[in-house]
Amino acid sequence: MSIDFHRRSATELMTALDSGECSSVELTGHFLKRIERLDSALNSFISVCGEQAMTAAKAADAARSAGEAGPLCGLPIAHKDNLCTAGVKTSCASKMLDNFIAPYDATIVGKLQAAGAVMIGKTNMDEFAMGASSETSWYGPTRNPWDLSRVPGGSSGGSSAAVAAGLTPLATASDTGGSIRQPAAFCGISGIKPTYGRVSRYGMIAFASSLDQAGSMGRTVADTALMLQHMAGFDPMDSTSVAIAVPDFSAALEQPVRGLRIGLPSEYFSDKLAPEIADVVHAALSELEKQGATLVEISLPNTALAVPCYYVIAPAEASTNLSRFDGVRYGYRCENPQDLEDLYTRTRAEGFGDEVKRRILIGTYALSAGFFDAYYNKAQRIRRLICEDFEAAFQRVDIIAAPVTPSTAFPIGDKVSDPVEMYLQDVFTIAANLAGLPALALPVAPAGGLPVGMQFIGKAFDESTLFRAGHQLQLATDWHTAQPEDAS
Amino acid sequence: MVIYAPSRNRCQAIASELPPPTRRHTPDRMITQDDIKQLAHLARIKIDPDSIGEVTAGIDNILAMVDTMQSVDTRAVAPMANPHDAHQRLRPDTVTETDQRELFQSQAPLTEAGLYLVPKVID
Repeated sequence: MSIDFHRRSATELMTALDSGECSSVELTGHFLKRIERLDSALNSFISVCGEQAMTAAKAADAARSAGEAGPLCGLPIAHKDNLCTAGVKTSCASKMLDNFIAPYDATIVGKLQAAGAVMIGKTNMDEFAMGASSETSWYGPTRNPWDLSRVPGGSSGGSSAAVAAGLTPLATASDTGGSIRQPAAFCGISGIKPTYGRVSRYGMIAFASSLDQAGSMGRTVADTALMLQHMAGFDPMDSTSVAIAVPDFSAALEQPVRGLRIGLPSEYFSDKLAPEIADVVHAALSELEKQGATLVEISLPNTALAVPCYYVIAPAEASTNLSRFDGVRYGYRCENPQDLEDLYTRTRAEGFGDEVKRRILIGTYALSAGFFDAYYNKAQRIRRLICEDFEAAFQRVDIIAAPVTPSTAFPIGDKVSDPVEMYLQDVFTIAANLAGLPALALPVAPAGGLPVGMQFIGKAFDESTLFRAGHQLQLATDWHTAQPEDAS
Repeated sequence: MVIYAPSRNRCQAIASELPPPTRRHTPDRMITQDDIKQLAHLARIKIDPDSIGEVTAGIDNILAMVDTMQSVDTRAVAPMANPHDAHQRLRPDTVTETDQRELFQSQAPLTEAGLYLVPKVID
């Protein structure tokens, strides 16, 4: 039996399954053993469902033998722990939901299962997806497989670390302000935040409902496209899901980039960008230029307003969404409540971590009487200005290229005491969430031995062009093939 | 309509168009511990008295960063609640959900006879 499964892409593993080189039982067993051996150092999983996974793998092998193999039949996958999975704990990395077993599957969990994917576990994250380092998890921080003293990014840091370390070929993730792209960049993998409304949010525990969007993480752009193909599509159970056809992403991958106009926003490539990041991003763009793409300087003049705007809208929506955690219907309840008020206030004080409470308080402030216009309404107007920047830019270009992060992965503990410093980690990613646009992160050349990411931002519902540019770059370069040594 | 102009690190409301004097957080008055106590009450989160100073300072820092957006004139800009400017989709008014009370209540901290139990509210 081959022992290099963890070094292959999901696309290659599907070929191995389809050709009979390996069974799903062998493949699933291989990844489960790696989790058992390596994850104590990484802490990338909150739950591992070995027995359930092996049962599903046997069923996948039987389906394949019967000629009923789905498009992802037998392929192991991990789910971020903010996606509801019937019968398997869904904690959102919070003490509040440490005992929560969802009574149903999130739509995308069900769709990926229907395509044949085998769930091997649930990944660690920042509590309720609020963070950029995966340090706010109730279950302890996840570590970056490239350097265990550093963060993997967040909030989907468990998913990115698990894919990078070869503990799963694919993982779901979610992105409210950069939570797919930033951890993908810090861990040297590919990840896409689709257009808002492209992927169902039903069963994904809500953080900021007008920004949240689930997406896919994998070792290559082609893998993220393969997975997104089977996640995307209209869902009547999500009132913000958009009824628009899902194109064949695999066909888009093969299109050359000749003639593609790529916009470089001057605000993202300013002299404030660390030179080591700027250099490797420019090197990647030169490769696309060599292939016939045109680089065009553009301006997104309201870029500096994205972070302040986001830190009104996201906490405001979070304070509303998280009011459901009251110790009455599910989740944590404090001991011996004296009265109903005590039940609510102590349950929420003890069940939520500091960052979650901080954001609920900010959101409550922004929505409170006398401040609504000055904060929430103001931020919604700024949001439109940011959208209009993109609309104007897309008159001139097909996609926009930018760095994902202002630095490489930072040391664990480095920014926990300074929330504003942590929030500024998302300075390059937040605008795409506010505008609801798709954005694909992929690795470029490393800097100082650590991965660096670049992102392509596209027009609404045009994930295809992002996949096209990303895949063509990966066909001509090998940055995405780098893998960290196994931690011991 | 309230207009805001930039200041050192806080929004500066133009005097003639100030909102009613209910504002707590203003350029010349940082958010106070009493403000935080009131917010904590609204959000139903108990805050340990020993940590209230730290919580207040942390939130004040964040609001200082957020207030940089106040320098932009947005009077002619309509608020945007949904990135596609979409409206709430309605579905046919038909029953689609079956009763799953038992399943849902299996997750509850305390139930009795199909009811969720909380401390006594009325004596």
